[in-house]
Amino acid sequence: MALVNTTKGEMDESLLEKREGAIDNDDEYTTWVEYWLDGELVHRSVHVHLKKAPSFAGAEAASF
Amino acid sequence: MSNTQSMCTSFMGELLTATHNFGTAPTRGTSAADTFKGALYLTTATLNASTTAYSSTGEVSGTNYTAGGVTVTNATAPTATNSSPTAGVAYWTPSASLVYTNVTLSTAFYTVLIYNSTQSNKAVSVHTFGSQTVTAGTFTLTMPSNSTTTALLRLSTT
Repeated sequence: MALVNTTKGEMDESLLEKREGAIDNDDEYTTWVEYWLDGELVHRSVHVHLKKAPSFAGAEAASF
Repeated sequence: MSNTQSMCTSFMGELLTATHNFGTAPTRGTSAADTFKGALYLTTATLNASTTAYSSTGEVSGTNYTAGGVTVTNATAPTATNSSPTAGVAYWTPSASLVYTNVTLSTAFYTVLIYNSTQSNKAVSVHTFGSQTVTAGTFTLTMPSNSTTTALLRLSTT
């Protein structure tokens, strides 16, 4: 029996409707899981995996 | 033999460890690494290159989220690597994911601000991702690989 933390306290996963999804693009790979109870969202967790951060600086030495 | 005009890659790496001071440096009580934190911001907030320090304006709020966010795990020192006589990269990445446990963040957010809580909460960098909400759950932000091309912070010469 797996317990899920919800807005109504810990609940048996078997009592809930589970929905999952993912987003995959150049910047991130994100997964999420939701649990619904009688049409109400009672749990949503998200895992964002950043793939690459932009380079913030281009440094140069002065030319003479 | 010849000499090539360039910014020294070692210098960029040393910028990340506060070795050089061209102005007025903050007084440091220790040589230990500073403490950095990650705070989450709403889609309605305005954070960008002009951001100078952490502010609670526009920050997420909700059950079990502490204003100011979570501490960044910093177990790996910055690295500086030359790629040619004129180019190099200094880079750093937190050594663990940022985890916001058992939170409810009902208003959409899509930004994390990395800032230095040791040095008056001065801002380091702003990172965005797809808009999210969390309900009685955990938000985990896993860092990119700590490499010259993907690290969270990269200072580079071209």
